[in-house]
Amino acid sequence: MRRQGPLIITFITGAVIILQYFIPHRPFSDLQQLFNSWFLVIAVFALILGIGNLSKIHIGRVVRRREHWPYSIVLIVGFVIMFSAGVIWGIQRGTPFYYIFWNIHIPMGSTMFALLAFFVASASYRAFRARTPEATVLLVSAIIVMLSRVPLGNFIWKDLPLVGDWIMAYPNMAGQRAIWMGIALGVVSTSLRIILGIERTYLSGR
Amino acid sequence: MTTDIGTWIAALLTLCIFSFLYRDNPFYKFAEHLFVGISAAYWVCYYIYNILIPNLYNPLFIQGQLLFIIPLILGVMMLMRLFPQPAWMSRFPLAFIVGTYAGYNFITYLQTYAIDQVRATMVRVVDVSAWQEFFAHPGVVSFFNAIAIPVVVVGVITGLIYFFFSREHKGVFGGLARTGVWFLMIAFGASFGYTVMARISLLIGRLYFLLHDWLQLI
Amino acid sequence: MSIVERFETIDRRIIFFLIFLAVIVPLLFPIGLKIEVSEPVRMFYNTIEELEAGSFVLISAEYDPSTMPEVYPMNEALVKHCFAKDLKIVSIGLWPQGVSLNQTAMEQAAGQYGKEYGADFINLGYKAGGIVVISAMGEDIPTTFPQDYALRPIEQYGIMEGIENFDNIDLIVSLSAGDPGVREWVMIAQGRYRKDVIGGVTAVSAPAFYPFLDAGQLKGLIGGMKGAAEYETLLGQIGTASAGMDAQSVAHGMIIFFIIFANFFYFLGKRRKR
Repeated sequence: MRRQGPLIITFITGAVIILQYFIPHRPFSDLQQLFNSWFLVIAVFALILGIGNLSKIHIGRVVRRREHWPYSIVLIVGFVIMFSAGVIWGIQRGTPFYYIFWNIHIPMGSTMFALLAFFVASASYRAFRARTPEATVLLVSAIIVMLSRVPLGNFIWKDLPLVGDWIMAYPNMAGQRAIWMGIALGVVSTSLRIILGIERTYLSGR
Repeated sequence: MTTDIGTWIAALLTLCIFSFLYRDNPFYKFAEHLFVGISAAYWVCYYIYNILIPNLYNPLFIQGQLLFIIPLILGVMMLMRLFPQPAWMSRFPLAFIVGTYAGYNFITYLQTYAIDQVRATMVRVVDVSAWQEFFAHPGVVSFFNAIAIPVVVVGVITGLIYFFFSREHKGVFGGLARTGVWFLMIAFGASFGYTVMARISLLIGRLYFLLHDWLQLI
Repeated sequence: MSIVERFETIDRRIIFFLIFLAVIVPLLFPIGLKIEVSEPVRMFYNTIEELEAGSFVLISAEYDPSTMPEVYPMNEALVKHCFAKDLKIVSIGLWPQGVSLNQTAMEQAAGQYGKEYGADFINLGYKAGGIVVISAMGEDIPTTFPQDYALRPIEQYGIMEGIENFDNIDLIVSLSAGDPGVREWVMIAQGRYRKDVIGGVTAVSAPAFYPFLDAGQLKGLIGGMKGAAEYETLLGQIGTASAGMDAQSVAHGMIIFFIIFANFFYFLGKRRKR
């Protein structure tokens, strides 16, 4: 039951979603709508599970006084303050929740990813070498695209943006299409294996 | 320089994160943990206000749609994963999520990436008007326009051949696969160029904030 | 240590400092390089231009603060474009942070164009599930989104009168920084319901959407801050994206210099070893 039950659920839900695409009438269309409305709710619990895990780890770290535990207190306090603000005053513009979002959450989130600009520059310097003909093609393509996409490229040579557009619209597009067609065939076969119960790794673990 | 307290908080936290560039330090760690805590609470509030109340509580407890007891039970079963003994119960809601996604992915990837993309590649193998234009007005631009569609067809087919691993990449087949690799390299190069562009944009965004909103120098 | 080895093992903080300078100097002292508009952005702009006043545009915000410098300028420009053309905006978010950011962009532009929440624009909020949410909306929008983002029932708003499903939406715009995002909208809204979809995406993901443009599955595409600057140029508005373009140019030049410089010493070192 612990293994067969989930396999049956996977088969039924997957089969209904596929069937309603080819037969968009009752009962399949009704079932699809019903499953969609349930999915919205269950997906949230999956995300809450993630938050639950996070809390468990950090509360545990504080209780056991593990390394860097004071930072876990910062995390918990941040969570409690933001959560209380949302529950007490709501989440609209003009509320404390929104104030924290705009003045604390946004700057930190943006800056965290802005750091990557420095690391991508460092990586370009250290690792981007024309070691083989293929690597040279990659390097040349990257340099042309980088230059042609910014006003500097246009300033250096007025037709450089056209060259960039051509690379993006044809050779790049062909390469991307081949990659995504390959991915699609992989996704389709894996989906079918999951629905038919051949692929069961998602049921492993506890 | 601004006198707005919110902007000052934002600026100081921005500098805390930037301090990581020198080396990992307590200011960065403080900001990092604060960010995770606040993010998690933001998500939870949105789950409550935007999903749990309108899509579960109201239909089930206000409108009396009893069928919604099923996703509630499945949702609670999902949370059982947090505890060792009843963790197996989470397999049932997980199966529902995986099954639904598998169903959607099966159809949508087949339609969007296989059928529609093959059609778009094959429907205009030869662009007659581009060649007519090239012969009427020979030049670099008209030449590249004329070869554009053949380039796409060759790129897609040879790229797919490269991904075909059931046959050894030797002889003519190997040559075609190597051609495919070149197209893939152009695509990866373009992606790298765009990645650099994206990361620099994010840095511009933050420095613009510091110079414009905080220091008011620009 | 030879000069080649010295350059190959340079302290990365020197590179960091040079990139910092490459961005900050042009921000402080702008050069004013001309911004060229690319075809995908022109297509994006034209698709909105072709809509008649009163048409319904569904804006879906799938981004967060981590990509805000790229996507938020598009969001601001898009909302202003829609309001200037008297289009009605129904918005949602498949990422929770996108809801707040889009709401800010809409409220700020609404003040400028005299638009009213609930009559000219509405924010239906966030739902988890990506592709499933889009599929559910295709069948029934009010059931999927019975309340707006701040828990107010949608029946009280005039803009939602007659909105049942995608049949009542004229154009879908996804502002996306990843999945779920443009890909899912194309897969369901365009693939299944044959709705017109346009997208504003981060530069990282933009190259992967060119096959959609070529196949006609996307009617227009804005990629990254540069794309946003092009869109601002078409609208005749100088926003934050345009202001950053000089810095973007100089930083790209600096990184290309790094690549060429490092390769020069790489080949020099290789020759010496031989």
